[in-house]
Amino acid sequence: MELKYILESLLFSAQKPLNAKELRDVLAAAAGADEAEATAQSLAKLKENDLIAALEQLAHEHEAAARSYRLACVAGSWQFVTQPEYAPWLKALVGIKARPPRLSQPALETLAIISYRQPITRAEVEQIRGVNVDGTMQTLMERGLVEAVGRAEVVGRPPTYGTTAMFLEYFGLRGLEDLPAADELRRIVVEKPPGPVTAEPGLATTPPEQLALQSAAPEPGEGGKPEAGS
Amino acid sequence: MAEYKVQFEVFEGPLDLLLYLIKKEEVDIYEVNLTKLATQFIEYIDLMRQFDLEIAGEFLVMASTLMYIKSRELLPVDQQVAVEGEEEGEDPRWELIRQLVEYKKFKDAAARLQLLEAEQENIFPRLPGKLEFESVAPPPKPEVSIFDLLHAVSGVLQRFNQRENLGEIFEDKWTVSEKIEFVLRMVSERGGVRFAELFAGAASRAEVICTFLALLELIRLRRLVCVQPEDFGEIEISRADPAVAVGVPPAVEGGILPPGNASGIPANPEISTDSPPGGTPGSTAGETSAATETRQS
Repeated sequence: MELKYILESLLFSAQKPLNAKELRDVLAAAAGADEAEATAQSLAKLKENDLIAALEQLAHEHEAAARSYRLACVAGSWQFVTQPEYAPWLKALVGIKARPPRLSQPALETLAIISYRQPITRAEVEQIRGVNVDGTMQTLMERGLVEAVGRAEVVGRPPTYGTTAMFLEYFGLRGLEDLPAADELRRIVVEKPPGPVTAEPGLATTPPEQLALQSAAPEPGEGGKPEAGS
Repeated sequence: MAEYKVQFEVFEGPLDLLLYLIKKEEVDIYEVNLTKLATQFIEYIDLMRQFDLEIAGEFLVMASTLMYIKSRELLPVDQQVAVEGEEEGEDPRWELIRQLVEYKKFKDAAARLQLLEAEQENIFPRLPGKLEFESVAPPPKPEVSIFDLLHAVSGVLQRFNQRENLGEIFEDKWTVSEKIEFVLRMVSERGGVRFAELFAGAASRAEVICTFLALLELIRLRRLVCVQPEDFGEIEISRADPAVAVGVPPAVEGGILPPGNASGIPANPEISTDSPPGGTPGSTAGETSAATETRQS
């Protein structure tokens, strides 16, 4: 019996997604049973890495067989799931999945920044988005997708934020390295293009030697006070 | 004009608006003419004002940055004054473009996350039903009385009897509400915990007592249930059926058994004979233990 098929049988019957450690515990328990045979005993002291390799191989086999279901790893735990294209029939069978409402555009943008750049402070998120993120951060924390993970070693020691395991589950990701284009976005180094970016210098005439600073005439004033629309 | 009206709702901020303007020009971000962009940006802000929309402060900051860039462009390079506090060679145009490129990448990443989010709605996990024989195997779990809990906690406290008289003074740093969170977190992470596990990390009597009080409170609130799978065995704590916790208003507490969590009770009322005879619970434990109420019924 091959390890991967033993694991397959376990995951097929498991009540919940199992991670490598839990699977290893099961293997160890099976080896400890009285009537344990040689195969079971040989699998007692397996490394988690070997287990994961076997699981990945199994997942590849299912993928290659192009069945209606596949073996998925979400947040480190393995589980059989159906392929998305069969959703119409599954919805008829079990009903629509109970899921929180979809995230808004600002929430998704904020979440994207946090997920690729964690740990990150609120101010850094705001710098990238160019807008205040207090409200969206609040929503993301309430939904359990983001949490405070520590404090930045800068003045004021502001809290830093990171994503939670629930974030991975919500998007069906195996881990943070599974995020799309992870290596590119983790730390973007934007190359400065050579040469000036826009217009050439020398547009204006040389200013006079000394600018006679008159008493500054009052500026027209940009709109005055922002009046609430009446 | 009509086109603008629709678009306003969509912009998440000044960077979003700038990206939209650049896209409309159909040019690469690196080759955009910032002077022209500044003019368009300010036109938009004027338009927002005409529509009586409240303009967020961020838009005004961006407008001033663009004006600054535009004004610098009017001077030949050799005449430009280095602004105090700004690094030599730091080009505000470059800074803005860098910011735009970065924002654009994360906006694209957000779009990919959105796709993943939508896809997840269509993926169904295999959830096998409980295997048949499994429900026969474990014996019906008797509920635990307040005395069982007290007995168990005194066992834990004995650990501290020996070392408590060292004359050390501990800071009172534990609160019951903190411990309530701790207990809930532990139970929800593992699905269920054994009694001793709750106290494994406790460093002093005071901490054990805080944790214990938290446990009692959670049982009273019907958030948790305690069971003892075998006589004199370890007490196990698990989450109560959420429907019960919500469905029973506190006023009902007076010995009426809620219908929901009575998983194994009706079968065998004699199961809790190992605990002391139930003469006293009404006086001492009436409000502390849901399990006690169970026994009274």
